[in-house]
Amino acid sequence: MQNWIVLGATSGMARPFLRRLAIDGARLMLAGRDMEELETLAKDCKLRGAAEVETIAFDIRDDAAFAPLIDKLSATQGVLNLACFVGTMPEQSAIDADPALIDAVVTDNFTGPAKFLSLLAPVMEARGEGVIVGVGSVAGDRGRVGNYVYGAAKAGFATYLSGLRNRLGRKGVHVMTVKPGPVETRMTAGMKLPFMAKPEQVAEDIMGGIERRANVLYTARIWYFIMMVIRAIPEPIFKKMSI
Amino acid sequence: MTKDTHYTGWGRALRAKGPVARPEKLRHLADLPPTPAFGMRRSYGDAPLNSAGAMVDMSGFDRFLAFDPETGCLTVEAGARIGDVAAAFVPQGWIPAVMPGTGFATVGGCIAQDVHGKNHHHVGSFGAHVTEIVLLQNGAEVTATPGTALFQATVGGLGQTGVILRATLRLKRCDGNLMLVTERRARDWDEHLAFLDTSEASYTVGWIDATATGSTMGRGIVEEAEIGQGVVKERKRTAKVPMDAPHFALSAPVVRAFNQAYYRRVPAQGRTIARPMADFFFPLDKIHDWNRLYGRRGFHQFQCVVPLSSARALRAMMERISTSGLASPLAVLKRMGAGRAGYLSFPMEGYTLAIDFPNRPAARDLIRALEIDTAEAGGRLYFAKDALAEGARIRGMYPELSLWQEEVARADPTGAYQTDLVRRLNLRSA
Repeated sequence: MQNWIVLGATSGMARPFLRRLAIDGARLMLAGRDMEELETLAKDCKLRGAAEVETIAFDIRDDAAFAPLIDKLSATQGVLNLACFVGTMPEQSAIDADPALIDAVVTDNFTGPAKFLSLLAPVMEARGEGVIVGVGSVAGDRGRVGNYVYGAAKAGFATYLSGLRNRLGRKGVHVMTVKPGPVETRMTAGMKLPFMAKPEQVAEDIMGGIERRANVLYTARIWYFIMMVIRAIPEPIFKKMSI
Repeated sequence: MTKDTHYTGWGRALRAKGPVARPEKLRHLADLPPTPAFGMRRSYGDAPLNSAGAMVDMSGFDRFLAFDPETGCLTVEAGARIGDVAAAFVPQGWIPAVMPGTGFATVGGCIAQDVHGKNHHHVGSFGAHVTEIVLLQNGAEVTATPGTALFQATVGGLGQTGVILRATLRLKRCDGNLMLVTERRARDWDEHLAFLDTSEASYTVGWIDATATGSTMGRGIVEEAEIGQGVVKERKRTAKVPMDAPHFALSAPVVRAFNQAYYRRVPAQGRTIARPMADFFFPLDKIHDWNRLYGRRGFHQFQCVVPLSSARALRAMMERISTSGLASPLAVLKRMGAGRAGYLSFPMEGYTLAIDFPNRPAARDLIRALEIDTAEAGGRLYFAKDALAEGARIRGMYPELSLWQEEVARADPTGAYQTDLVRRLNLRSA
């Protein structure tokens, strides 16, 4: 039996991914802050074919509550997998006006998930199987004037996941970093962004990535090439660009 | 509320500019002032447009909420797509009683247009299988149940009684996962109608070659289908139309050649084949954004229904169309039953004809002429498709309009839910 714990389950990007898992008949644990939304989502997943669905109140900023959940997960029967969709993205201008916001951005996108995964790592090592999917962002590939605090946090998370992959890979646990470009969700509502992907497409790509054990997955695929170019731009030129 | 966006209906001929909100949580929706809503914008014209204000995109509310395996009653949020409902429930032995020609249509949209399917002659329209609708009316939740005026004003009611939040559908038992489809060539108009008249199949629809003239005028392929069991090849990966096609993509010679091939595809003696359900119900859904085939200017779909007694008038309309050289391959002829569930529901006992035309002046003139023909034949135009009709003419086709207006005036006294379509056709004033 495949078990999936999904952190940030009410996010727009997680929903179609959860449905794909539900159709495959997985056991789901939906973790998030908004219990009402989680309950509705749980009913939906159940009706779409999930074997069992459980909801878990979970706040990435409340690391004191991590340990009991880790204990619970370590007792799971069957294969344990995790997907982390947690993240927040305030406007860069809001952060410029109030740098105290940086703490929350770093917690939500990097240190919170990293702490949780570090607690889970020994559990996964002992099990010797399963998949961890961590959602980063193309914004983490280069610091851009319009979004560099969020980008810095996602970059930190990507580097962390790279190390975790290195550690867990040798124990049979696969870690996949997902780097979406802009996706049509609440987070991007009303923004005009290039190569917007639908969350359904992202879910499809993640499922494919899991199957072929991709290490770093860009979605939509075109972002792999775009970021290759953007990363290659020399800093003296890049610093004058506003992209 | 978000920034202004340009958006269109499926036909892309009419456009609107304005703020579109896409809430995903009920309380975010409740925070908005009363605003008209759209789903997947599969209506062709201006039913999902509001140039005078904002719109709410309901496609984020797409969750299944409850299912009773005893009765087959399924409650879903309004943005749930009918094709997703079928995909999830057919394996469990249940199917939506009525499905329109695209699985991308939302349940809310299916209600607001009281859509019909290829089985309309047996089971009636979509609204006949809805047992409850929950509306958001000026910030308050209101429940409409069959038999009430509010229900009849909501089903087929173009969203004017409030935003549809969720609905309960009575699914139908189905003991199969594919369609057994019998295809027959109908050699001309008379044979085509005769096949439709005598069909006893659960699902019946005719594809009509709108380019055939003379002795072959009205020829086509009649499909009759039943749900069956077995194994068929999975449908291939979907394709996508990546850009607006150039004008000649659907020019007369191309369409004529395509139609000829499509007609000959079915052997002269007919055939019975097994097809995946989605291929039968939603034949064009495999090609994402197929509306872009009509290029930047978009297209119109003309759809009318005329009473059985007006079959001759419909034949004359078909002649007008086939000699115009303007039609596209997408043309459908179907016999309808009498079933309709709302004051403004489209169906009437008779024949319905639906044909796509590229958005060009000659086609618009043709459609206007066809609208006059429809009115003279005692027929009706479909709000889900219309983009060109004259208000007085189309209003005259809906004898229960005043009952609808009365209820809408009660539900939305300030006119907050008006859309471009409602204003263009002046539907809400007496």
